[in-house]
Amino acid sequence: MNWGSWDNFWMMGGYGLYVWGSYAVTLALIVAEIALLRMRRREALDTLRQHNGAQA
Amino acid sequence: MNQPVLLAGGINVFKYAAPQTFYPLAGKMIPWFGWIAAAFCAAGLYVGFFVAPTDHQQGESYRIIFIHVPAAWMSMFIYVVMAFWAGVGLIFNTRLSHMMVSALVPTGAMFTFVALWTGALWGKPTWGTWWAWDARMTSELILLFLYFGFMALQAGIDDARRADRAGAVLALVGVVNIPIIYFSVKWWNTLHQGASVSLTSAPTMATTMLTGMLLMALAAWMYTIAAALHRVRSIILEREHGATWINEYAETKA
Repeated sequence: MNWGSWDNFWMMGGYGLYVWGSYAVTLALIVAEIALLRMRRREALDTLRQHNGAQA
Repeated sequence: MNQPVLLAGGINVFKYAAPQTFYPLAGKMIPWFGWIAAAFCAAGLYVGFFVAPTDHQQGESYRIIFIHVPAAWMSMFIYVVMAFWAGVGLIFNTRLSHMMVSALVPTGAMFTFVALWTGALWGKPTWGTWWAWDARMTSELILLFLYFGFMALQAGIDDARRADRAGAVLALVGVVNIPIIYFSVKWWNTLHQGASVSLTSAPTMATTMLTGMLLMALAAWMYTIAAALHRVRSIILEREHGATWINEYAETKA
């Protein structure tokens, strides 16, 4: 598929708002989930180390 | 605890049900599934935007399909997998099965929301409405509430074992909603169109469109496995904090 120009690509034949609105929100949610996953792991490890420190 | 091992005829198939064995294995698998997901996603987006042609009826708006359909499939599939592990957890009383259920829920909720959101953005230009109380859309919204309900239920119970059992019962009861979603477009003739892809007949769409959609579905699948494995490892760290191996492990990851 040849869009001719990037302008045409972003326009999506007049449906840009709907198409990019779908892709942008999906991307944002996946990025957010990955951030939350990493945060949860870091917090779990921090809590474990605090427990270890309290016992030592 | 030895009973399941005996049932398996001496072959220790439950070896990997021990969090201690499962944890490092899952850790090795996460980057693989993550990179394969990224590769499928890149290929799917390339085919979806640069190979698949413009739809003669819907113009370019149909390109929402490359996330809408994979997200909707995953939203249902994740729930079925959850219900399966919930059943295994209730029958064999395996901690790891219950942890797997909890690990799948947020990703399932995310895909359900994506399916509803992209559906609204596709419905507006195609049907002229963001939302309708159509059979499929309503049952998919109920699925989102089931995911949220599961998280609220587990968050509301302090005792991990009771939270596991309550969640497992909810997951198993809620699974009746899945065939309702899947067959809704056949049972009720409301707004949402019928399936373009089914197991019993040839797909009613261009091959390149189908290829893009399937690549994105594989990406969603691989991403889900990576995310669920990552989350289940955190759940193991949170729950097994009395175990020596966990305490030693935490020190090496300072």
